[in-house]
Amino acid sequence: MNILFFGITKEIVGSSEISFSDGFKPVNVAELKKHLIDSYPEFSKLNSLAVAVNSEYADDNVSLKGNEEIAIIPPVSGG
Amino acid sequence: MKKVIEIVDIIDTAKVYAELSDAKSGGICVFVGAVREFTNNEEVVALEFETYKSMALKEMEKIADRALEKWSLNKVVMRHAVGEKGVEEPVVVVGASSAHRDACFEACRFLIDTLKETVPIWKKEKFKNKTVWVSAHP
Repeated sequence: MNILFFGITKEIVGSSEISFSDGFKPVNVAELKKHLIDSYPEFSKLNSLAVAVNSEYADDNVSLKGNEEIAIIPPVSGG
Repeated sequence: MKKVIEIVDIIDTAKVYAELSDAKSGGICVFVGAVREFTNNEEVVALEFETYKSMALKEMEKIADRALEKWSLNKVVMRHAVGEKGVEEPVVVVGASSAHRDACFEACRFLIDTLKETVPIWKKEKFKNKTVWVSAHP
């Protein structure tokens, strides 16, 4: 499973894309978020942390198969 | 074409009038967002924008569609820039045209307010001695 990072999350992770080397496979968005916050505690200090699945905002209960395009969306600040 | 949705390197603000102009439109309303020199009394050197482009275009499309549903509009433009932008440079242009002015004024406000809430674009403020991701932290 590959995950894309943008903005401040890219800086926290130190990369724009990672894959879990430990074979971790989250069943849904909530599990993914928990794993990321455990791995990168700085994430918990952000105003918000959203997840996009196939470039659509996804709620915590959206299930994951592993072949989706997954992106971490920190607080947006366009305009 | 009714909608123009784009993410570009450089915004040409002169284009938008021709894009929104329409024989049925008696009103054209445009908002341009630009780089301001000071944030909380600190001098800004530049703003750096990045985006998740495929998703940002989808979200902008949704906003334009909602505006077209809500108001009677002839044309809608949403265009955002990415990369490093200096003071006074335009970073975003949104606009709408309609038969009468009320619809395009209201739609224009909706377009920029909603873009700022949902579109995955991020801005980093570059000051002389530090950089800050806007809105990231409480």
